[in-house]
This record gives sequence, C-alpha cells and structure tokens, in this order.
Amino acid sequence: MWGHSFRDRMAEQKLFRSRAIFMTVLIFALLCLLAGRMAYLQVVLHEKYQDLSENNRIQLRPVAPNRGLIYDRNGVLLAENIPSYSLTLVKERVNDVDETLTYLKTLIDISEREEKQFRKHLKHNRRPYQAIAIKHKLDEKEIAQVMVNRYYLPGIDVEARLVRHYPEGATSVHALGYVGRINQKEEDRLDKKQYSATKHIGKLGIERRYEKELHGQVGYQKVETNARGRILRVIEQVDPIPGEDLVLHLDQRLQNAAAKAMKGYRGAVVAIDVASGGILIQYSNPSYDPNSFVTGISHAEYSGLRTNPDLPLFNRAIRGQYPPASTLKPFLGLSFLEAGAVTWQDEINDKGSYKLENDDRLYRDWKRRGHGKVNLHSAVMESCDTYFYDAAYKTTVDNISPFLGKFGFGRNMTLDVPNALSGLLPSREWKKKKRRRSWYAGDTLNLGIGQGFMLATPMQLATATAVLAGKGKWHSPRLMARLGNRPPEIDSKKLPDIVLKDSKDWDRMFNAMTAVVHGPRGTARGLRRNLNFTMAAKTGTSQVVSIAQNEEYDSETLAERNRDHALFIAFAPAENPSIAIAVIVENGESAGRTAGPVAKAILQEYLLGAKG
Amino acid sequence: MLAPWAYLAGVIALIGVLVLGVSGKGAQRWLALPGLPRFQPSELMKLALPLLIAWYMASKSTPPKLITLVKAMVLIAIPLVLILKQPDLGTSILIAASGILVLFFAGMPWWLMFSMISIIAACAPLMWFFVMHGYQKQRVLTFLNPESDPLGSGWNIIQSKTAIGSGGIEGKGWMQGTQSQLEFLPESHTDFIIAVLAEELGLIGVLLLLILYFLIIIRGLYMATQCSSLFGRLLSGSLIITFFIYVFVNIGMVSGLLPVVGVPLPLISWGGTSVVSLLAGFGVMMSMYTHDVK
Repeated sequence: MWGHSFRDRMAEQKLFRSRAIFMTVLIFALLCLLAGRMAYLQVVLHEKYQDLSENNRIQLRPVAPNRGLIYDRNGVLLAENIPSYSLTLVKERVNDVDETLTYLKTLIDISEREEKQFRKHLKHNRRPYQAIAIKHKLDEKEIAQVMVNRYYLPGIDVEARLVRHYPEGATSVHALGYVGRINQKEEDRLDKKQYSATKHIGKLGIERRYEKELHGQVGYQKVETNARGRILRVIEQVDPIPGEDLVLHLDQRLQNAAAKAMKGYRGAVVAIDVASGGILIQYSNPSYDPNSFVTGISHAEYSGLRTNPDLPLFNRAIRGQYPPASTLKPFLGLSFLEAGAVTWQDEINDKGSYKLENDDRLYRDWKRRGHGKVNLHSAVMESCDTYFYDAAYKTTVDNISPFLGKFGFGRNMTLDVPNALSGLLPSREWKKKKRRRSWYAGDTLNLGIGQGFMLATPMQLATATAVLAGKGKWHSPRLMARLGNRPPEIDSKKLPDIVLKDSKDWDRMFNAMTAVVHGPRGTARGLRRNLNFTMAAKTGTSQVVSIAQNEEYDSETLAERNRDHALFIAFAPAENPSIAIAVIVENGESAGRTAGPVAKAILQEYLLGAKG
Repeated sequence: MLAPWAYLAGVIALIGVLVLGVSGKGAQRWLALPGLPRFQPSELMKLALPLLIAWYMASKSTPPKLITLVKAMVLIAIPLVLILKQPDLGTSILIAASGILVLFFAGMPWWLMFSMISIIAACAPLMWFFVMHGYQKQRVLTFLNPESDPLGSGWNIIQSKTAIGSGGIEGKGWMQGTQSQLEFLPESHTDFIIAVLAEELGLIGVLLLLILYFLIIIRGLYMATQCSSLFGRLLSGSLIITFFIYVFVNIGMVSGLLPVVGVPLPLISWGGTSVVSLLAGFGVMMSMYTHDVK
C-alpha cells in the first residue's frame, strides 16, 4: 500500500486539489446564501420583526377600577371594597398541575368544588401566562402555609385583590343586591375592553342598577415582561378611573329597626320619604348575607337558601304581590268621593252583610253583627266592609280602577329598583282581555275591599301611601339620592299630581286614618299606647288562597301558612307627614297585633330616635 | 493505525447506547458508564468514522474502484443506522456526510456523486413514512409553516427569526437584545446562539462571523492540500468540510432555511462533547499539517 508511483501521487494530489477548489467555491456560494438570508431578515423584514419583538416584550395590562362605594343617607357605609387573598396558578410555570394540586392539598384545604371550578377555568378562554384562581378568601394561616412552601411551588402565588364587602350584611341585601363573578352570558354582553380586568358585576338590586356608574373606567399599564410573563418594569400607565360613589335615600338605622321588628315574621317593610319619594326602607324578611355571593357561594349554602320554606331569597318588598285588602280603603274612599257616588255625610246601616239584586250571595262584613250606622269616616276607621261594598257598587269599576291607577297601582313606578313587579289593577278591559270573561258586579264588590283580582307589592302600597300623605304630589320611589357629582336624575316616570275636586278631602281622609289609631273604635287603636306622635294608618287582612285538599303536607305548617296576611299602611306625623310606610306580615292575621307594631316601632325610631 | 479500533469502539459504544443508554428529551443518546463521565458515543463517531474511511481509502488505489466505494459506504451505513435509531437525525446526517466527504476527496466519480444525491432526494418522502419519528415530522411541518403552532413547536423558530430580524443592520447592542435577555428566545446559549449574535450585533456581526468561518475553512482546505499522504489529505479535508456543514446547518435552521435539527454552531455554542470532538478534529488536522507535509 505504500508502493504508489510518483505519477500516482501527483495525480492524487491534482485530483484532491481540484476537488478542494470545487469545495471552496461551493462553500463560498453557500455562505453567501446564509449571508443573503440574514440580510433578508435583518434588512428587508427588519421592521416587521422589530414590531414583533416589541410586542413580545411590551404588554398592555388592563387595571381594574375600584368599584364605587355605597352609603346610606347618613353616610353609613353599605358597600365597600376590602382586600382578599386568592391562591393562583400559572399553568405555563407549573411542571405538573395535578402534582402541584396534590401537594397544595397537603398544605391547605381545597374543596372538590373549588378544584372543579379551577379546572373549568383552566380549560376555558385563558390567555397564556394568565393566573387562574384555585381558592379564594385565604385566611392568614393559609397564606403563611403557602408562602413558606412557595419554593416548592413554582407558578403558585397568593394574589391580593379588592373584593366587595357589605358591612351591614343581611339587613340591606334586598335593596342593595350584591355583586358576583361575571358569568359566561354576562361576558358575552359586556364591553370587553372596560371589563378586561374586572371579575365581578352587580347581579341584583342597586349594584346591578348602577353597575355602569359604580364600575368606573378601566386603566392600562404598559409593561415590559419577560417570556415568563414576569413584569420587569412599567413603561407607561393610564390610571383607572374609580367608579362613582353612591349615596342612597336608604336609612340603615331604619333598616336595622325593620330587621329587628320583623324578627320571626315572614314579610316586608317599605318606607318612603314623602317629600322626595326616596326609599328609606326596603326590607324583606327573612334575609340572607350577600357577602356569601361575592366570591362564589358554596353549593350547600345556596341550596339551603333555595329550599328554605321561608324563602329568604324572595324579595317580598318589591316582588311579593298580595291582595292589599282593607289597606286599599283610603284610596277607594277618595275614588268614591271623586266619582260623586258618596259624600262624607252619607250613612248606611250595616247589618253585617251586603246583597246585590239578582244575586243570592251574601257579601259578609268581617264583623258578623255589623257596624250599625256608618259613614265614610267611620267606615275607614272601623274598616267596615259593607259600606265599601255599597259605595264601590255605586261608584262602579270604571271610576275606581282609573283613580287607583293614579296612585301607581298596577304598574311599577320605581325609578331605580330592578326586578320590581307591578302588581295587578283589575278593570273591565283587563278582565276581558286576560280572563276572557266579562266583569261582574261581584268583582266590583271584591275590589271594593281590596280583594279579588287586585294585587299590590309592599313597594306599591308604600308609594301610594306616600302620594296620599303628600296630598297627591307625585314622586317616583327611588333608592339613589346622589351619584358622584352628578345632578340628580330627572323623575322621568312620575305620574301627574293628583288633584281632588275638593282639596279638603285629603285632610278629611287623614282624619279618618288618624282615627284608625287614635279613634275610640279604630282597628289599630292598640298602637295608641306610648305613642308620642300622631299616626295616620290603615290596617288590612288579606285572605290566603286555600291550598288544594289532596296535597300532603305537615298539618302544623298548613295551619300556619293558611292564616291571613296582615297588612298595614301608615304615615306620620299625621299633621305634616314626612314618612309613609307599608308593612306586610305573611300569615300574621291581625294587622293591629303584628304588622301595626312593626310599623309603629319603625316610625318611632324614625321620628324620635334621631333626637334621642 | 488506530483508526479501525476507534471505529470498532465507536460502533460498540453506539450499540451500548441502544441497549443500556440513558434517555433524555425522548431520545436515547447518552452512555453512563461507571467511573466515566456521561457522554454521547455519537460524538466519538464524528471523528472515528472519517478516520476509518480515510484510512480505508488511503489503503486502496486511486481513483477508487466501485467495489471499494461500496464497501466504504457499508462502513458509513453502520453508524448511520445506529445513530438514526437513537433517534438523532442531525448527528447521523453529519456523520454520514463526513464519511462521504472522504470518498468525495478520494476521487469518487461525479456521476456516482450526483446519482447518490438524486437517490437521497427521491428517498426523502419514504423517510417521512418509514424512518422519521413523530417529533421529527413535527419539526419538518413546523419548518414549512411555523405560524401553525406559534406557542408550541413553532415558538422556537418564530422567536429566533424575530430576534434576527429585529437586530437590523447594526444590532441592538451588546447585552441589549430583548429577545434573548428577556428569555423569549429558547436555547439561546446553545443551538440558537446565532440569533443572539444577530440580534445584538446585527448584520455586521453576522457577516464578520461568516467571514471568520470562511477564513478558517480556506485555511483548513489549504492545510489539507499540503498533506503529503493521501490519508492526511482525506481526513483533513473531510474534517474541515464537516465543520462547514455544522455552520451551514446551524445558521440555516436558526434563520428558518432548514428544519430544526439539533446541531450546535461550532466554536460559538456552549456545550460539552461537541466542542471536544470539534477541537479534537482541529488537533488532528494541525498534527497532520505539522508532521505530514512533504
């Protein structure tokens, strides 16, 4: 193998040299290709990649605005924002999500429901490097447990954020409502930009009605981040504009008084400031704590509220529709006078029942033996049904129904109370349209004592009472008194003021209603004791629709739930009314003994408590 | 004449890798023998194979007969298949190339050269179905369209192109590259380091580097032609061209010209065994030049 000839070696070298030269040329060409490629990227496409590189590095982060605070009329804080600590996870920084969760569970309690929620969020619309909450409302011990072991938990963090808190708890939830996590349906509807950093939204009540104003304007931070999403510095910042603070007409002291007075009852209280239409009390009992809803109520707690036979979630103040019964009589009485069907002097002799011609049915008075001689004044004071049957018949539904409509019955007159129901004001046309029956004289008689088809919510009763107390002056009921620095909202809904043919009739009706409490035979004369102001009122007892006989249920519950509802409307002081109130106690039977004392306690707190 | 023994040891080590090797990132490439540091036998092969083929070709007459070339190709095929099995496509191609380059310098006829290239090109689709692993196919798909999976397998190449492109002509400045310093660019110390250089030093820096590489290669080829023995010429020529292939494949892949294969940028990338084999190769070349010049 070493025996090559000289010529062979020359040939070999020549061959090698030629191939080496070929290679040199090829390599040069290929290096030029690389250089050309680099030049193409760095010169021709430079701007494109410059932008891409900037977008990589610079991120716009939305900053959530602080939600506006809510105060009552005396400056008592009703809704605030307090820091709350959540355990969060960034998937991109975690090696193994399951392993991490298992380890976390050895440190703190993570319920099955929390884990399920977390996994759901992890799957759905998540940006890369977005932190997903595992558990909310960590207490100090839990925070410490996690932070101490944080070294073993890459991608796990404890995040502080402000959450809504309602310091007054259950006492005002039926007026305030609450905020909760934004759900899918809301997310589709909301302004993506404004809500890009917001997690909660008003779900009910005032929180929902003034969502836009309370929410504020989102802010932005231009930040430089590394590939792991860590913020290295803030380059530019546009501060969020916090939501506007809201001052309500609501009086928390009276809400507390209502909660105290209503203890043990199912029912509602609504009170309205006569001069402004401001809602002083909007309370429904039993109630519930709105704070449970803010960060997500547990399933057990929620189903507990849902299945509670006392229906705590049911907002009786605006959604409970009851026959107003005798509390309607002052309004009915005015309608009789306006129609010219009766005068204050007209008297009837009540023998305990009323009969229509061509009708065998007896329309009974609540008092079996009758009230004897009664006129409008004593009929209101004693709540004489027979008088009202007779006068209603004479006045006819076509005069009564439109007149009651002037007081807001049959429609939702609230300015800013979401979900308020409108009750039912029956009329000849209504019956024909909805029930496909013609109006009978008997229907008029039932309407004459506030029963039959007629339904009203406590809100409507209080509103009508406030209009009555204001001698026909209309103010739509509203919760909001002031919003930030804005001028007060214009009352777009209000009805025309009610003008009576004889304006003295207001005073006369006031007198009759004052006699209900202060008169010798008044139905609420029991309230007179220890009363330091004059109160005009009207009691009512509305029949509960009987339950079908073939249903099975606990006999004790049946008995209790079948009792009549007790209703009570009042305003005070009678000489110069400032507050109107409506109280309903479900199955409370005697208004004078249940709903009446509730109203009295609250009015006493309102008129005297402030001084004392 | 150690060449056959080195080759034999390399082949045995490669078989050892397949039987009892250590896995990492889905491939079995490392051999952890007690008492020795963990190493990749395929790196040993990078030197052993051209050594063997050069030795073999030098022992035969020139220009080589066809049968000699076929035998040499079998010798090349053995480690090629073993490394493909690991699987390590990049290294196996580089090693095969280093062997074939010896044949090329030994005077392999042009027609054989071109027919081999055409056969390989024709076989490429077959490789797709029979040889390539899932992740390798993914790399090719990503190469064809990196934007199809920007957060997954396309991420590397998008980020590296962004780094290069954003560097512009003058670059962002030493240690000022946001892509690399803020960790958007993966593997910025190893396989993707040219992107860091391009971002921070710009096109000027890249061209300077390419010129340096070209100078090294010309020098290498010159040294090879100066060797008096055929063995020395073949080995030096093969080693310096392999060095170029490293450069070309690496820069080509980082700039998006070639699919991503795990090839470091010689003399620049941070990394263990590949530096050792590269510098050993230079050592061999310089030793040849010193001792084997006519």
